[in-house]
Amino acid sequence: MTAAPAPVSPAAPRLLEMRGITKTFGAARALSGVSFDVAAGEVHALMGENGAGKSTLMKILSGAYRADPGGEILIDGRPAPMGDPIASRAAGIAVIYQELSLSPNLSVAQNMFLGAEPRRFGLVDRAGMRRLAEPILRRLGIGFSPDTQVASLSLGERQMVEIARALTTRARIIVMDEPTTSLTSRETERLFDVIAGLKADGIATVYISHRMEEVYRLADRVSVLRDGASVGTLDRSELSAQRLVSMMVGRDLSSFYKKEHRPPSATRRAVLSVRGLSDGRRVHGCSLDVHAGEVLGIAGLVGAGRTELARLIFGADARTAGTVSLDGRELAIRSPRDALDAGIAYLTEDRKGLGLFLDMSISDNVNIGVLGKDAKPGGVLDFVKARARADKAIHDLSVRTRSAALNVGALSGGNQQKVLLARLLEAEPKVVILDEPTRGVDVGAKSEIYRIVDALAARGIAILAISSDLPEIIGIADRVLVMREGRIAGEVSAAPGRPIDQETIMALSTGGVPEAGARPELGPIGGTP
Amino acid sequence: MTATDSAASAARMDKARFRSAMTALGMLPVLVILAVGFHLLSGRFLTVNNLSIVTQQASINTVLAAGMTFVILTGGIDLSVGSILAVAAMVGVIVSLWPDLGLLGIPAAILVGLACGLANGVVIAFLKLPPFIVTLGSLTAVRGLARLLGGDTTVFNADLPFAFIGNGTLFGVPWLAIIALATILVSWFILKRTVLGTWIYAVGGNVEAARLTGIKVSLVLLFVYAMSGLLAGLGGAMSAARLYAANGLQLGQAYELDAIAAVILGGTSFVGGVGSIWGTLIGALIIAVLSNGLILVGVSDIWQYIIKGLVIIVAVALDRYRLGGLGRT
Repeated sequence: MTAAPAPVSPAAPRLLEMRGITKTFGAARALSGVSFDVAAGEVHALMGENGAGKSTLMKILSGAYRADPGGEILIDGRPAPMGDPIASRAAGIAVIYQELSLSPNLSVAQNMFLGAEPRRFGLVDRAGMRRLAEPILRRLGIGFSPDTQVASLSLGERQMVEIARALTTRARIIVMDEPTTSLTSRETERLFDVIAGLKADGIATVYISHRMEEVYRLADRVSVLRDGASVGTLDRSELSAQRLVSMMVGRDLSSFYKKEHRPPSATRRAVLSVRGLSDGRRVHGCSLDVHAGEVLGIAGLVGAGRTELARLIFGADARTAGTVSLDGRELAIRSPRDALDAGIAYLTEDRKGLGLFLDMSISDNVNIGVLGKDAKPGGVLDFVKARARADKAIHDLSVRTRSAALNVGALSGGNQQKVLLARLLEAEPKVVILDEPTRGVDVGAKSEIYRIVDALAARGIAILAISSDLPEIIGIADRVLVMREGRIAGEVSAAPGRPIDQETIMALSTGGVPEAGARPELGPIGGTP
Repeated sequence: MTATDSAASAARMDKARFRSAMTALGMLPVLVILAVGFHLLSGRFLTVNNLSIVTQQASINTVLAAGMTFVILTGGIDLSVGSILAVAAMVGVIVSLWPDLGLLGIPAAILVGLACGLANGVVIAFLKLPPFIVTLGSLTAVRGLARLLGGDTTVFNADLPFAFIGNGTLFGVPWLAIIALATILVSWFILKRTVLGTWIYAVGGNVEAARLTGIKVSLVLLFVYAMSGLLAGLGGAMSAARLYAANGLQLGQAYELDAIAAVILGGTSFVGGVGSIWGTLIGALIIAVLSNGLILVGVSDIWQYIIKGLVIIVAVALDRYRLGGLGRT
């Protein structure tokens, strides 16, 4: 890591040191030569964009993944085992993942000692378990009994149980992966108190978070990862939102796709208008307009509610408030069928899980939505029409396949994505919502998909594009809305001669800019610039 | 696209279809081996007379298994078909006793089956309860209904007006077999030649994707359970026609298990989305050949059970092995 002033005595061996950690998955390199260290009693925040490698690094620390040869992990200056979760736990490392790993059907005490139950005469010693659990729960200031069933606890309380479990294994380093995403503000306060208590006891916390205010409040030091490499470590005294944001982004945009088509601003006509859309959980009062021929990007961090917003618009989930209008007419959308009938199509982010029928042919996958429309009387399939549509789609979107009769599961990710796009276009939509359109797609197919998006916009279709890839969204979108914690945090649009900049998007995503509107390019929420 | 291109594409499509047909017929060799084996052991398996008996024995299970194929293709299960068959047979025989209107016994049986299937379907599709639990409940409840109808006795009709179905032949082919084959053909048409059939495969393959594609998943589920009930009703009519009688307690006991076995032997994936009706026909024939052949060879009733069960497991294991882990039972 770059020379950073250490908060604790530099001579003493660090509690934890990770050196030269590299991790490759097949041909993809997730981490390259990352170093990271933590002192006893320190809260060390780890930040970075989606996919920067934070979770991978922590999985290597916990032993869930094995780093490539060459890297090493030292605890108290001595080499620690790698790639073995049980040995890592014994060495004092505990990781609390975002998706909690408790068994809801068991009690608090049972969860705390899961896999390491105290025994008496070969049987689980329930009384002993309770006796051991109580002081730990007291230390965390927990009000519920060790016999409480976990299912009856709130998410915040469950997180406390996770921490209690870490303490039963005498953890000295506790990693928390975005611990506050699903907590209420009161639960968050409790968590911060607990972290302060752990700190006083000399236990180190690695705190992964996207939220600037939390990092400001808790962290002794902040390390930033970008594209799988260490960017730098800032001491508490050096922290500034601007500095962190520029460390997190700063990827070169020049190599990226530049869209050719820009919608004429003279004929702006809002095709899709969303007002105050909420689901009561992950999306809160979101409003937006997409104009004919426009690509409206939605940026934000994972968990900001982007996919949830898209699914609400499409009728895939139930909304609790808000309206969706098309061409100025309010729609009563209760199911994806209603949305499709109205002219709204949605490309899912989860191609294999929610999009494709992997056991069916390319032709069936392209045609599935329009079979009813094409059918002969009595609902009999029209193979001639189906084949014509499939062959045309394969040709138009240049899907690389020998035949439309082949299973879609045999195609590469990029070609599968084109098949899904083809299905969506067969519905002749007026509005297309693309959720991570190039996820898991190779570079060649990526630029083809960008070209397709551009061509759709040129035909006057209104496009809503969600992407976690900042250069991508800047490349394809005319305007970008940034979501944070279920709300639209602001809008960033290009002006003549000045492209949309990544720093503003990242600042809005992380809450690094205290007030929207503090910078000139931030428009009013959901409004038209 | 030029004419040669389309021709080439058509040829490739035919080839792909041929390959999928071969996958569907994966159990055909097993059927042939069993038939030849039993013939060598008994010397009288492959005779016109015996084969006619085998097809007759296979016919009712084939009809039930066809309905079961629809259900399992959506990733569901219908445990109530044996009970539905019993209640339909009871109604069929009771209606057949009406003077002059006895032929109405057939539509009555089919309609009763349809009604039971619709009831299953409504609860599964609209109340979204698990099919296993719903049809386990109706397995018991409908069985009770069947016993209730006849006052828990056997109902007879020595002059059953539709008895020819159960025992007669058309050009030497048993009517039961003709009905079974017709059921298979209609099922094939629905599954492979209609929009609804494609939706059934889609729902079984990926229910959430189906919903996002705009397919009305509930209606598809309602249809498959209604179809399974309707075919169980038809099975009831066939059964009544064969026996001139129906008994609410005994008729159709454990038939659902043979139907499920036929579907699974036929290569249909237990999680849905993959399978064919022709495979089901072969599966039903394998079960009938086993029953008939083991009797001809003189194997005791007890050993018949053991051997039948093992053959089902081994056959499916071989099939999965052959597909190299592609199959998803």
